[in-house]
Amino acid sequence: MVCTVRGLVKTYPAARARRGTPATPAVRASDGIDLDVARGEVFGLLGPNGAGKSTLVRQLTGLLRPDEGTVRVLGHDLVRHPERAARLLGYLGQDSTALDELTVALATETTARLRGLDARAARAERDAVMEELGLGELSGRALKKLSGGQRRLACVAAALVGERPLLVLDEPTTGMDPVARRAVWAAVDRRRAERGVTVLLVTHNVIEAETVLDRVAVMDRGRVIACDTPAGLKAMVADEVRVELVWRADPPLDAPGIAALRESADAVSGRRWTLRLAPDAARAAIATVTGGPAFAALDDFTLATPSLEDVYLALGGRAEGTQGLVKA
Amino acid sequence: MSVVPAQARPSGITGGSAPAKAAAPAGEAGGADVPAPLAAGARLFPALVAVYRAQLSRARVARIPLLFVATFQSVGIMVLMRGVVDGGAEARSVVAGSSVLVVAFVALNLLAQYFGQLRASGGLDHYATLPVPPSAVVLGAAAAYASFTVPGTAVTAVVGSVLFQLPMAHLWILAAVIPLSGAALAGLGAALGLLAPRQELATLCGQLGMSAALLLGVLPAERMPEVVSYARDLLPSTYGVEALARSFDAQPDWLAVGADLGVCAGVAVVSLAAATWAYRRAAVR
Repeated sequence: MVCTVRGLVKTYPAARARRGTPATPAVRASDGIDLDVARGEVFGLLGPNGAGKSTLVRQLTGLLRPDEGTVRVLGHDLVRHPERAARLLGYLGQDSTALDELTVALATETTARLRGLDARAARAERDAVMEELGLGELSGRALKKLSGGQRRLACVAAALVGERPLLVLDEPTTGMDPVARRAVWAAVDRRRAERGVTVLLVTHNVIEAETVLDRVAVMDRGRVIACDTPAGLKAMVADEVRVELVWRADPPLDAPGIAALRESADAVSGRRWTLRLAPDAARAAIATVTGGPAFAALDDFTLATPSLEDVYLALGGRAEGTQGLVKA
Repeated sequence: MSVVPAQARPSGITGGSAPAKAAAPAGEAGGADVPAPLAAGARLFPALVAVYRAQLSRARVARIPLLFVATFQSVGIMVLMRGVVDGGAEARSVVAGSSVLVVAFVALNLLAQYFGQLRASGGLDHYATLPVPPSAVVLGAAAAYASFTVPGTAVTAVVGSVLFQLPMAHLWILAAVIPLSGAALAGLGAALGLLAPRQELATLCGQLGMSAALLLGVLPAERMPEVVSYARDLLPSTYGVEALARSFDAQPDWLAVGADLGVCAGVAVVSLAAATWAYRRAAVR
């Protein structure tokens, strides 16, 4: 095991109300988390915003001290020795403030130097990573002059420079175009194939989770509510079909059968309803909305095999939380 | 619906398939109980140089307009004070105070703001997850900010000497005054920025520190009430101002200059140590 987490608990204390900011109750951001990540895995943490993904990752990287529990990374106790994390893993956080005013080349090179490489090795790794990620043309530009996706790619370059057996990447591809995403996943995969690098990935992108992850832990309110391969998780809801209905205006609740559908919907978001149904029931539902008077009010409908989002709903995740799960 | 799948997926990554297909390199710890070797950390001096170089490069993008502001502010103050003081000891302290004010503006105020911003935004995580000694980050940033002050301080001192007809023979003392008072004030600024619970407070502390350096450094000490002069003695920039002011004498009292600079150096050591401690505290929350 590269990373073993047992009984991790972290509570953010309640904050008193200040002028302009209302009081917030104490939040149990990690609520008894157990995790095992094997060597060479691309392991994902999936969940909506506020599920506790980043809090968990910050405890795995020694940035945040847990209230209870143990974190072992590559045989080292990181609760007792948080300073060792920097010498075991490469971390890509969500924020780029520390690098924003540097050029892409200098940000990468400086990070390599601070990761312990000598000047020559740092320059060589800088050139290799920038070539690998296709950052060559941007090398002389300051990060804050770049678009969001380009800046994120430069931060990925800084995270990848200098060899580390474990990479912890917090939403690495946010805002990137498909070319950049492909470059990132190719770079990650190459490190895994050549050096057996393990990757711990935070994402709220369902499609990305399904395509690049070996295993995924689904998080909700500080807990891991399921942990399996994406295929394994989807098998939990394999006997169901996802029906999505989009109404033109207010749904015609007085039309026959529509109120019943509203009752059984898993998620209602404005004029969009999401239902998980057995295939027979799905067929009946489609017949209801397309055959009767309700069809005039229907804008669009889709039938699909279930995704990880449905797994999340089936496991009892907050329905409103799915807003935080991105599908594109 | 999506732009990610299939096409964005390199052929090698097969989601859901068996993990760990890569062969384990020899000598790598696989078991949970055998700790893997730790990668080498960055040593203090190379890391300090890397941080210094990176911070200095920020000047080109972000700092130059502010350096102009700092210099114009000091020159403007001297022009104003020309109508108030009439040569002698007061003129010396005005020129010395205005010159060191540039150091206070950049090293104390701007560095406090920088670290305050870095801490508030989570930017410190970047350094905290690199194997770099905390003192390298603090000293590298402090050294860079102290370096930013060199042109402005030199220009202010020369313009002031011309304005008030002071001798420029001993201005070389700036080579000691800038780094020592720069280190003291940068350490103070870094500590304030890292300790302030909120970013706005870091900015406020930096501004207040600079205002104190302005009022207590530029205004002639003899005209101040006794209580204020105690505050003046507590401010580290005062000793840089005094050392520079003494060097305008025809026959400077080098012992006193040395003593003033010694106080600066002492404060620098203490404040940089405090800033390093504050950095450690801010990095792991």
